[in-house]
Amino acid sequence: MAGYRTPLGRVRGLGSAKHGVGHFIGQRVSAVALIFLVLWGVYSALGLAQADYAGAGAWMRSPWHAIPMAFLLSAALYHGQLGLRVVIEDYIHKPVTKNLLLILSLFVCWLGAAIGVFSILKVALGGGAF
Amino acid sequence: MSEAKGDAGRPKAADRPLSPHLMNWRPHLTMTVSILHRFTGMALYGGALIVAGWAAALASGPDAFEHYRALLGSPLGKLVLVGLTFSVFYHLAGGIRHLAWDLGLGFELRTADTTATAVVAFAVTATVAVWIIAGFAGLL
Repeated sequence: MAGYRTPLGRVRGLGSAKHGVGHFIGQRVSAVALIFLVLWGVYSALGLAQADYAGAGAWMRSPWHAIPMAFLLSAALYHGQLGLRVVIEDYIHKPVTKNLLLILSLFVCWLGAAIGVFSILKVALGGGAF
Repeated sequence: MSEAKGDAGRPKAADRPLSPHLMNWRPHLTMTVSILHRFTGMALYGGALIVAGWAAALASGPDAFEHYRALLGSPLGKLVLVGLTFSVFYHLAGGIRHLAWDLGLGFELRTADTTATAVVAFAVTATVAVWIIAGFAGLL
């Protein structure tokens, strides 16, 4: 099939999708956000390490904690998904394995973000005991 | 070798030296720091999931939360947390180094070596500092 087609015919429609730098930019922008979020995260973790269930729940009920927490988790998993994508593409060359791992990583990140953000909101908006 | 004829008159690639591979490269500082940036990044992927798990445990109720806390507080859990603390600070400093490169700064060999040392020094110092604070707070 390909043998009968001209070189131009073969590449037509396969050219630049005009979003080639999307990965690069996304990784950098999330990195800048994570500089601040991660420092806040370490600071918060030190405080939370002593907190029992009631203390952690009270902490999460403040919007000053719940909102950055949701941002930290989403930005970290977004950045991690972009990063692991590069690692997989660099070292896994078998197309089937590579694509399965890429999809798996994408699912894991979305699942982690969904469960994490849902849990944060549940505690933050839940008010009393549950 | 450059005189050797390729099969069936095909033009043969010039006999240039091949790019060195990892196997015959002497490990050096910038290379090690670069590899460690990738490793810590992969560790933090897991770390983000551990944080998501913490939130899920909190949302699931007191029993799940105390179980999760006990898991993180166990010797193995603490070892993982120390590793993640190091990974956070290492990847943070290394990431800032990368952002500087994106602006075209710090490519000179001397500068790259200096910043590589700074990344390692910062990561070790910050990790030790955090766990000293944790120790004083009675967490160890």
